[in-house]
Amino acid sequence: MYPSDFEYAAPTTVQEALELLRQNPEAKVLAGGHSLLPAMRIRLMSPPLLVDIGKLSELKGVRADGGVAIGALTTYHDLEASSELAQRLPVLVECASNVGDPQVRNRGTIGGSIAHADPAADMPAVVLALGAEMKVVGPNGERTISADDFFVDMLQTALEPGELLTEITVPPMPEQMGAAYEKFKHPASGYAIVGVAVMVHRGADGNVSDCRIAVTGAGPRAQRARAAEDALKSGMDVAEAAARASDGLEYIGDISASEEYRANLVRVLTKRALTRAMEQLR
Amino acid sequence: MAVADQPTRMFGQAIKRREDPRLITGKGNYIDDIKLPGMLHAAVVRSPYAHAKINSIDTTAASQLPGVVAVFTGADIAQEQNPLPCAWAAGGVQNNVNTPRALAVDTVHYIGEGVALVVAESPYIAYDAMELVEVDYEPLDVVVDAEEATREGAPQLHENAPNNIVMHWTCGNQEAATQAIDSAEVVVRQRIRNQRLIATPMETRGYVARYDAATGEYTEWMSSQAPHVHRLLLAAFVLGIPENKLRCIAPDVGGGFGAKIFVYAEMAALLYAAKHTGYPVKWIESRRENCQATAQGRDHITDLEVAGTRDGKITGLRVHTYANLGGYLSTIAPGIPTTLYGRMVSGVYKIPSIFVDVKGVYTNTAMVDAYRGAGRPEATYAIERAVDLFADEIGMDPAEVRRRNFIQPEDFPYDNGLGMLPYDSGNYEPTLDRALELIDYQGFRREQEEGRKNGRLLGIGVTSYVEVCGVAPSKWIGLMGEGWGAGLWESANVKVHLTGKVNVTTGSLPHGQGHETTFAQLVADELGVPYEDVVVEHGDTQGTPFGYGTYGSRSAAVGGTAIYKSVSKIKEKARKLAAHMLEAAEEDIVFENGKAYVRGAPEASKTIQEIALQASVAYDLPQGMEPFLDETTYYDPPNCTFPFGTHICTVEIDPETGKVNVLRYVAVDDVGNVINPLIVDGQIHGGIAQGLAQALYEGVVYDENGQLLTGSLMDYSIPRADMVPHYELDRTVTPSPVNPMGVKGAGEAGTIASGATVSNAVIDALSHLGIRHLDMPYTGEKVWRAIHQQ
Ligand SMILES: Cc1cc2nc3c(=O)[nH]c(=O)nc-3n(C[C@H](O)[C@H](O)[C@H](O)COP(=O)(O)OP(=O)(O)OC[C@H]3O[C@@H](n4cnc5c(N)ncnc54)[C@H](O)[C@@H]3O)c2cc1C
Repeated sequence: MYPSDFEYAAPTTVQEALELLRQNPEAKVLAGGHSLLPAMRIRLMSPPLLVDIGKLSELKGVRADGGVAIGALTTYHDLEASSELAQRLPVLVECASNVGDPQVRNRGTIGGSIAHADPAADMPAVVLALGAEMKVVGPNGERTISADDFFVDMLQTALEPGELLTEITVPPMPEQMGAAYEKFKHPASGYAIVGVAVMVHRGADGNVSDCRIAVTGAGPRAQRARAAEDALKSGMDVAEAAARASDGLEYIGDISASEEYRANLVRVLTKRALTRAMEQLR
Repeated sequence: MAVADQPTRMFGQAIKRREDPRLITGKGNYIDDIKLPGMLHAAVVRSPYAHAKINSIDTTAASQLPGVVAVFTGADIAQEQNPLPCAWAAGGVQNNVNTPRALAVDTVHYIGEGVALVVAESPYIAYDAMELVEVDYEPLDVVVDAEEATREGAPQLHENAPNNIVMHWTCGNQEAATQAIDSAEVVVRQRIRNQRLIATPMETRGYVARYDAATGEYTEWMSSQAPHVHRLLLAAFVLGIPENKLRCIAPDVGGGFGAKIFVYAEMAALLYAAKHTGYPVKWIESRRENCQATAQGRDHITDLEVAGTRDGKITGLRVHTYANLGGYLSTIAPGIPTTLYGRMVSGVYKIPSIFVDVKGVYTNTAMVDAYRGAGRPEATYAIERAVDLFADEIGMDPAEVRRRNFIQPEDFPYDNGLGMLPYDSGNYEPTLDRALELIDYQGFRREQEEGRKNGRLLGIGVTSYVEVCGVAPSKWIGLMGEGWGAGLWESANVKVHLTGKVNVTTGSLPHGQGHETTFAQLVADELGVPYEDVVVEHGDTQGTPFGYGTYGSRSAAVGGTAIYKSVSKIKEKARKLAAHMLEAAEEDIVFENGKAYVRGAPEASKTIQEIALQASVAYDLPQGMEPFLDETTYYDPPNCTFPFGTHICTVEIDPETGKVNVLRYVAVDDVGNVINPLIVDGQIHGGIAQGLAQALYEGVVYDENGQLLTGSLMDYSIPRADMVPHYELDRTVTPSPVNPMGVKGAGEAGTIASGATVSNAVIDALSHLGIRHLDMPYTGEKVWRAIHQQ
């Protein structure tokens, strides 16, 4: 398990990193390396240059103002340890602590997970459920991509060549908010066979005013379970809404789970996540 | 700590393993730690086809890559080497032996079979060059299922094996079994599959080969469970060189689980590469290669027929098994589904009429050979599923059915009628009683009944097992039809140096079992020296006497006994010398706790250290006595040993996802006398984890083209710490009469019992839904489907 030859650069500024990426269209950004390096070791990827962004300290950490801004280079461990998040968005802590093992969580980054867009990764579901926005900087300057537009297909995102994901921002949340993440782990990889992240808001009238349900693992990319969202917003109860969660999604079947079983897991996990999220509403 | 005059026995003490500080702080010395001057690195080009003709191999481009020293093909090596031997031609295997070569020459028979060896200055370059080796394959039809392979019209793997049959072997009494089944009150029939497993040692295989052109001597460092056997087989059969021109060294070995017993193609290919490049060559197996090309375990399809009476007596058993042995025969493959499976299929039960029919089959898959338990987990799974199916059919509690059919204490030594050696000793019922008590069987049954009313799926599974270990009397295994091509004794040398320090060299080969600790405990006791003064050496064919290696839970019972006997000889000589030193008659000398004295006068004693000094300086020895305390023993056991026990576990199944959660796991084992309870418990823990993982997680999947779909640890699920329950262990002790220490063996017991235990629990949880049987592994989806198809 030896990668092909590659060059390595560790820029100290974002500009320098972008310049390196511009000059080397085949180059790959290296964050925690926990998806990239395994792929290189089996020669699934053979980038000629790795641009290690580990020294870009401005991309690290959690900031809270109205909403919450998370630097792309923030590790799972730092998410788990963040008191800001524990208070304001515990679902991110919950999700982070569900990823891999301590070694993986010490190296792997939220930005790496989102940029990689593994169909079975955990974070894409949560950022999609939270309606987060991805801040991106590239040769043409900065832009923002909503989570809904970000995950395009298997291992494909809206990131253009030469672009760097810098920050994930979660909009301010109302007081009456609940969120939860439920995961059915693949016994070998520990990734999600299916993962479901939900967020519910309650309006002044006591009804569900907003609801976002995002599914990972079931199909080629993180997807919204809109049928269940609509059902819940229209006043159906959790069980009725969850029964619709598998409608209209794309599925993948493989030796670890058929499409039918994944659809079942989507319904079951949606029910469980919604139940927990609703309990958080006061 | 014990000192010479303190008679605390080390035997039975739960002391921590002395090898652990080095192994768990990264100071072990594994194959990849070995670095020799000028050493080159090899990589194996492997077949992407499960069955194909090799039309040609073009190595030009690879050879020209800077840093590449040589590229060898099967045709090159075949000029100098023979195919690997099959050392256990059990079950009538004769003219249809097909074993691998160092590299395939004209046909490949499974995915991952080696076709070329690249040798380069670094492993990176070797991997680059692999991509440049051009092989022209002509794909052939593929068969991966053992039963299908025997059907008319199936693709044929080897000319000398019509219908892909390796052997067709039977044991027991066909007529009696037929009669018992035909005339029985109750007959239950079920097809079961014991799925294929990857052994997955933490350290993959790896070898470093060196050739000394000046002397014509080879040295090979190998991650191996049996370096002496590897030396013998490689030298005498593969290379055709004198055995004393090859030295094999196994340094620290990071697990084997059976898979490192065997001679492998890469061992031979590396010896060739070292000779023909003139440099030492290293090869370290990647995890992917380990999944593809290291011998695997199990893979049986079995038809069970169990007959009995409505009051719970089992009267007959008929078993037909297809054993998938893969594309070639691995070193001891034919012996596993015959001697170690077929002859053990009756388990702990007194069944009057049994017949076992086994077909060994070639298929386009990796070779299958011994894997922890080797045959006995398959046998236990078959009989323990059969007993549960029978209990279910007659509506009797499965624990009660077991109790009614146990072999009784007065039946030992017990002949099971299947050609197995007589079971040495046993008392099965107390293990069942204790396990039932620990788990609160009746309490759980009540909870289960209550739970079912609320839709909870609770299950409890019982397995009582017996296994054969401490293999084996050479005469039986080699001569009397079992087909083993050598002996199975062990040897040991014990030396007490001038300073009183002790060296033990053993032919047995620890790869996680803690021999260095256990054997030192044994010697410290018997010789009466401090435990710290005993060093145990192993693994180098140059420095240790011949041994057959560590597998089959044989190291304590066979290797340990060889040590025990060497120490006894030393004690005998020490007594003679002490008589001389104390000017007393030899028959009046007592040797006890490291001291020799005249009976009744312990105050005037000579310590073993004083005696060793006297024996070494040799100024004053009795007439005719040779200097030094140094004794070697070659010990051939008179019988195997037969550990037994009862395991029970409880599970709860999530009805919505099908996920199985193990609630409690109780194991009551009887492994005879226990030298180190901590080590034995550890062996049981690890063993249970492996069998439980077979029941819940593991399973090799090949598609119909012979592509391996579980080719990495992302797809093939081995158990991690958070995937196994807390274990509740207890023991009964029924010493073995076979060896002086009364030990039986503990390395495989856990695995032998746990697969069937978890399996029975899962099916019990679903039984009220009309489910009689499901094949392992019980993945969420499989269980969910079973629940929802009812
Ligand atoms: C043993 C193991 C278990 C795991 N278990 C899980 C699990 O349970 N759940 C789960 O979700 N994941 C799991 N992972 C994956 C882990 O979460 C990865 O760390 C993560 O998916 C990628 O993050 P990274 O920082 O390591 O990215 P890298 O591997 O460095 O990069 C991944 C990809 O994203 C690109 N990239 C990285 N950062 C940026 C950026 N800021 N801008 C643009 N492109 C970027 C890289 O170029 C590369 O293509 C596991 C990994 C391992 C090794």
